[in-house]
Amino acid sequence: MRIPLKWLSEYVDITLPAGELAHRLTLAGLESLVETSGHNWDKVSVAHVVEVNPHPNADRLRLATVDLGEGERMTVVCGAPNVAAGQKVAFARQGAKLIDGHSGQPMELMPAVIRGVESAGMVCSERELGLSDQHEGILVLSEDAPIGMLLAQYMGDVILETEVTANRGDLLSVLGTAREVAALTNNEVHEPLDTYWEDGTAVSELASVAIVDSDLCFRYCASLIEGIKVGPSPQWLQEKLSASGSRPINNVVDVTNYVMLELGQPLHAFDLNLVGDRKIVVRRAHSDEKLVTLDSVERSLNADMLVIADSSKAMALAGIIGGAPTQVTQKTSSILIESATFNPVNIRRTSSSLGLRTEASIRFEKGLSQELAMVAVKRATKLLLGLTGGRAAKGIIDVYPNKARVHRIMVSRERLQRVLGVDLPPTKVRQTLTALGYGCRWVSSAHYVVRVPYWRTDVSIPDDIAEELGRIIGYDQLPSTSLTGPIPSIQPQPDRELRGMVQDALVAAGLQEVINYSLVDMEKLSKVVDPEELSWRPPVRVANPMSKNQDQLRPTLRVSLLDSLATNRRYGRETMAIFEAGRVYLAQEGDLPHEVEMVAGLVSGRRLDRWGQPHGEPLSFEDTKGYVEHVLARLGLQETYEAAEEYALVPGRTAVVSVASERIGVLGQLHPEVTGAWDIGQEVYLFEISLEALLPHIGGVRLYRPILRFPSVIEDIAVVVSEDTPAGKVKAAIESFPLVRTATLFDIYTGQPIPPGKKSLAYSVSYQADDHTLTDGEVERERNRIIERLRKELSAELRQ
Amino acid sequence: MSTGELQTLEAQANDSLAAIADETSLEDWRVNYLGRRSRLTEILRGLSALPLEERKQVGAAANRLREALETALAERRDMLRKRDVQTFIQQGRIDVTLPGRPIPMGRLHPVTQTQRDIVACFEKMGFQAVEGPEVEWDYYNFEALRIPEHHPARDMWDTMWIDYHRDGRMPMLLRTHTSPNQVRVMERQQPPIRVVVPGKCYRYEATDATHEWMLTQVEGLAVDEGISMADLKGTLYEFAQQLFGQERRVRFRCDYFPFVEPGADMSIDCFVCNGEGCSTCKGAGWIEIMGAGMVHPEILANVGYDPERYTGFAFGMGVERVAMLRHDIEDIRLFYQNDLRFLEQF
Ligand SMILES: [Zn+2]
Repeated sequence: MRIPLKWLSEYVDITLPAGELAHRLTLAGLESLVETSGHNWDKVSVAHVVEVNPHPNADRLRLATVDLGEGERMTVVCGAPNVAAGQKVAFARQGAKLIDGHSGQPMELMPAVIRGVESAGMVCSERELGLSDQHEGILVLSEDAPIGMLLAQYMGDVILETEVTANRGDLLSVLGTAREVAALTNNEVHEPLDTYWEDGTAVSELASVAIVDSDLCFRYCASLIEGIKVGPSPQWLQEKLSASGSRPINNVVDVTNYVMLELGQPLHAFDLNLVGDRKIVVRRAHSDEKLVTLDSVERSLNADMLVIADSSKAMALAGIIGGAPTQVTQKTSSILIESATFNPVNIRRTSSSLGLRTEASIRFEKGLSQELAMVAVKRATKLLLGLTGGRAAKGIIDVYPNKARVHRIMVSRERLQRVLGVDLPPTKVRQTLTALGYGCRWVSSAHYVVRVPYWRTDVSIPDDIAEELGRIIGYDQLPSTSLTGPIPSIQPQPDRELRGMVQDALVAAGLQEVINYSLVDMEKLSKVVDPEELSWRPPVRVANPMSKNQDQLRPTLRVSLLDSLATNRRYGRETMAIFEAGRVYLAQEGDLPHEVEMVAGLVSGRRLDRWGQPHGEPLSFEDTKGYVEHVLARLGLQETYEAAEEYALVPGRTAVVSVASERIGVLGQLHPEVTGAWDIGQEVYLFEISLEALLPHIGGVRLYRPILRFPSVIEDIAVVVSEDTPAGKVKAAIESFPLVRTATLFDIYTGQPIPPGKKSLAYSVSYQADDHTLTDGEVERERNRIIERLRKELSAELRQ
Repeated sequence: MSTGELQTLEAQANDSLAAIADETSLEDWRVNYLGRRSRLTEILRGLSALPLEERKQVGAAANRLREALETALAERRDMLRKRDVQTFIQQGRIDVTLPGRPIPMGRLHPVTQTQRDIVACFEKMGFQAVEGPEVEWDYYNFEALRIPEHHPARDMWDTMWIDYHRDGRMPMLLRTHTSPNQVRVMERQQPPIRVVVPGKCYRYEATDATHEWMLTQVEGLAVDEGISMADLKGTLYEFAQQLFGQERRVRFRCDYFPFVEPGADMSIDCFVCNGEGCSTCKGAGWIEIMGAGMVHPEILANVGYDPERYTGFAFGMGVERVAMLRHDIEDIRLFYQNDLRFLEQF
């Protein structure tokens, strides 16, 4: 809220510099900034319009001659319709820094020739001065504004820009802010006056009020004034409203706005003669009811919305906005001032369903005090009588079905200490609470009875009182200690640990981690996930995404990684090895989606050469598999790879990875159609591991196996097999023999003299026994058995 | 046999040794002059056939010669090796400024790094990291945190809702903060509790240099007998010093979150201007790091704790914001654009 310091100082003495005051308020919970921007008016001063003449060459323009003080006069071109001789105006000289009235951009005033007349200055509008968006006419100052005085000095008011938290509706007012200032600076609050002379007819004879839906309207106060004269507000009122960011309209509306800003209670004035049967009915709207609101929009109402109606029609949307038909106009002679308390939940529901948030609704939705309604209606009536004339009806209509009780809280001294960590002396407690308007009585056995002031609807429990004390004394004054209690026992978090280990292993292997948005595009998804799968288990969708192509919770990391790869290719990077460790989301009927921890990566480009340049061999399936092997070896797992077919991957270049016969992931080359869809014209390899599938296989600590004392015998065996025989099968067959420790492939050869359709695989085979040194004969017999088995099972021939 | 022959032999040997420049020739020389079949060995072997007087004389001379030749050999060998080393050193000079053979360098994403650092600070203080679901029920994200439907505090968290309808409402959402885990943790554990909960959160929010619709938070919760606001201050102060440096000052101010009472937020003094006011801290001298407060007694009661016996504090911070401050990153959107030129700087 914009709080002009001048206005604030009507209710409390301001004994701190503005910056310091803002700082103290901020620490106590009301975030405040001292407004300085837009008021850099060093070449703008108060001037007197001496005469206004027509522009010789333009009908719409006029020539204004202004007195700048000390005998200085200047004639400038002025386009504003409201400029008139005798006015006091804000005049900008050449070089003044203003806001361009049309573009809204900052500009520096330069002399110009406008339709043949030289103009070296300007009479400013509010918009040009950065005061508001008003650009319809010039800013007209008070008659008593001293000619020649710098505008900054004349209007020189400092504005506190406050950010009110959702619980403190009471701070959406100048008085509420004054109460905080008073408590923080040990000053008194001066409440505004609300007494006036009632000399009219009794209210009951002029109008009646009935609350039909008392669950939505807790109190309805109304005062009536007859014989008023509607017109513009006086300068002081207009200036206060403008300074607070509210646009002056007429004296009646301005007073309701003024009291709302002053006290925080939204008010509404009805033209009493337009209220059917002079009867106010507070009721739910009918389902087919319509109302043209003050903003000239016709609104369709429904039975969830509360309206202020007369005997036949809705007149206002309760607590949100008035209606056009019953608004106060120049012709209005009698008014009814409404000051009511509405159900905050209902106000918020209605205002959000209409997308209509007003100064009234943001106050009501925070929950206003029911006491305030009466305070405010009296204050408004008093001010109106002074400005509009007329006679106030005797008495105030007050329909108040369930009178709120004064809230008292029993607070123990011990509780305050338990929460704040310090034992506050009772004198300090009482003094602090009293300064905030609380009543505070010390009763036996170390308790306080605290009476909550009517405007504090947010305070209800002892810990609220603890906060009041803490924030006014200052959180920085509270002690600071370390936790002393027992450290809770540690629960294992194997999934977190596994993810950490996999991330570290991939980073150690040289991959870069990326993190992508969890929401992706359906069209892209269908490129990398089988559309059939997408149709029988559609991804979880966001109803209100930030953008249309980020509305599906990703069921795979593939889209994200391809996006990252494509992005970096656009920046000219062709070699990449990236991974992401994140969740994918699988829909579950009637329940939260299943969030699965996944790790996936993409490998593309070329290996680094000796110079670190990506000019080596192309990165391929085997590099990608190397990363998977590296990670799984780190985890102490033994996995198997099997050729497989997988959507989005190239058949014949795809392997399923399994641990203990369970699929844990997949790797392979992305199908050229997939990479093509991302405009990637190079081979890209994918690996994808489900950490959830991996988790059950992660064992405890690895056990030591003694280093074998007996020497091993190493021999090479080369066999010729059909080209489509997987090398892994040959290796597995050799390693199945009891004396063989390992069989390591070290050469693959095709071409002469190997017959077409065949390949030669060469293995280095290590034979070793646990308990003795192998003899030549033992090794030879084992070798023969191996060769025999390979011949029988894989049609392998020993290569001579 | 005479000592004269020995003298000739010595001269010969020395001459040829002086001409030798490599280890192989040196070995040939040794075989030739000192080997089993060398003339000298032959002489020594033939000594027994000589008359006593001559044997003594020749024997002494031959043995002297043998020693002399062995010494000369050792010296020559030593000289040659030194020379070889010298040659190697001279010829083997390399340009030490050439780059090493490259090993590809992987890195964790800066958000992962900062998140790990934050969690580690609290782990040292006895907190344990746990996680929770990113897709949440309205109940945990809002209602259980004292933010019922149509509560004005809902404005603090603009929400992305899951397209799932039940009883005319959308009860499922992308969590807007990690705070639902306060309730989730307390529902399954009894005090004492000290946990931190890192994870992704989502807001229905337009992006700019300081706002992202996806963000990472770390939530904290401690509940036990005797925990006060003073412990909250001490714990967070310790954290700030660990993460931002011993010289950092912290400031607590009152703030409002429906699930804590009293509520607070913590700022650190600006490390760019040391509190003088600059663009990083928007002139305030302080930079807000996290929201915090004492767990509202209603929330403790709702999970079945006795709020008269137990108190606790909670806090939550944005990891990207912390990372931006630590690394002087001016635009939050850089994190999830995944430009390698950005990621490879960390
Ligand atoms: Zn700074």
